[in-house]
Amino acid sequence: MTVNGNKPKFAMYWAASCGGCEIAVLNIHEKILDVDANFDVVFWPVAMDAKYKDVEAMEDGSILLTLFNGGIRNDENEHIAKLLRRKSKILVAFGSCANEGCIPGLANLSDSREIVSTAFNTISTDNPKQIYPMISYDVPEGEIHIPKILPVLKTLDQVVDVDYYMPGCPPESHQIAAVIDLVVQVLQGKAELPPKGTVIGAGNSTVCDECKRARNIKMVKSFKRIWGVEVDPELCLLEQGIPCNGIATRSGCNARCPTAGAQCIGCYGPAEGVIDYGARLISAFASVIDSNDPEEIDRILDGIVDPTGQFYRFNLAGSLLKAGKPAWEKA
Amino acid sequence: MNNNETFDPVIIGFTCNWCSYRAADLAGTSRTKYPHNIRLIRLMCSGRLDPTFVFKALANGADGVMITGCHPGECHYLEQNYKALRRFHLLRRTLKGLGVEPERVKLVWASAAEGKKFATEVGSFVEEIRALGPLNWYRSNGRSPDDSGPTSHEPAPDLKEVPA
Repeated sequence: MTVNGNKPKFAMYWAASCGGCEIAVLNIHEKILDVDANFDVVFWPVAMDAKYKDVEAMEDGSILLTLFNGGIRNDENEHIAKLLRRKSKILVAFGSCANEGCIPGLANLSDSREIVSTAFNTISTDNPKQIYPMISYDVPEGEIHIPKILPVLKTLDQVVDVDYYMPGCPPESHQIAAVIDLVVQVLQGKAELPPKGTVIGAGNSTVCDECKRARNIKMVKSFKRIWGVEVDPELCLLEQGIPCNGIATRSGCNARCPTAGAQCIGCYGPAEGVIDYGARLISAFASVIDSNDPEEIDRILDGIVDPTGQFYRFNLAGSLLKAGKPAWEKA
Repeated sequence: MNNNETFDPVIIGFTCNWCSYRAADLAGTSRTKYPHNIRLIRLMCSGRLDPTFVFKALANGADGVMITGCHPGECHYLEQNYKALRRFHLLRRTLKGLGVEPERVKLVWASAAEGKKFATEVGSFVEEIRALGPLNWYRSNGRSPDDSGPTSHEPAPDLKEVPA
């Protein structure tokens, strides 16, 4: 797949994200040398200096592989997503934000103006002159712009066509290494790319499938927050009444959190075939409640303090409703 | 802001094969009138109701969802309607967190003999939804979130003070 004897081109971009995905890439240790040996890194803002205009000047489809992490929060993110789509042969939604919105997607519960207010005018912010960022401003040298916030955060595939999905917050380094191995093998003609739309770097089952804890019949009389109980190290967390999201979450992390004694919070996103992650969890959690009495059910459910956060912590922007009502109502 | 008098709500109703669907059927054969606003979908059991169905209905333009099933203790599949009950409670709590009025989803028990009750319940639910106004989830009316973003980062006057 080399073009004119040159190495194929590689790009990585961060939109609305925390930078953890980039660190996860560097965490593949010496494998990163394989990336350098097999690819010409042409654009990677966090690791090297590059200008958007350099990418704009590239021929369409000239980048072989682009790993795109982060959600689409403002019009700059959107512009770069569209630009990189045009310039890339293979565009991978890399990490939870690009896949399903992740933590930045929780902003979809609020009106975007409220978000700006919170950032610029709360009790913890020193802003006596009530200065807010302006999208465009005239200075003697001309008009300057900053990106405009969008009413809701969108996932990458809500904006452009995506070839592969690689979930995780962040994707586990061993999974990244495996994907890089695969791509290198494809370049050497030793392997084939999976069909378009495939979820790569993850399993096809659930976290429970990888979890070593003992499972019996789940009958829960109360839900508890993990800091309030002494956790049995052997027994399934959900059976202990700790709201563990493993049942609806895609495998691929080797059940890291439950193994360490913490509940799964769902960073690998919905398991294979799940349309709405939160809905699947509602179904599952409701099924384990050991009561048929409406009042008692209500009392048990009080133990899930923030159901929306519990079920949509990573998946709000990628869910069926995509946002809370206030986010789009006033938009 | 909405003219609730002329608002014609769209309601998706989930019925179970053994009781509530037959209640609807009985309402029909006994010519009991009820509003046209409800579109019934028959499931084998209310326990089949995946909350995904409710989210999908709301996201695609429904203003309300009515879940119906056999009376407690009378489920054809022993106790799956209790599962529906528990899902319904958790679903309403989740909707509340999403800023959606939980009253937009209602659970009604109706036996095969309760055609009249079914019709009355549909009637009162339509009125409750009419009072709430249209949901208009942004996908439903062709609006997409990028149609109308804020034109500046200056917040609306009512939002200037947000507690930390």
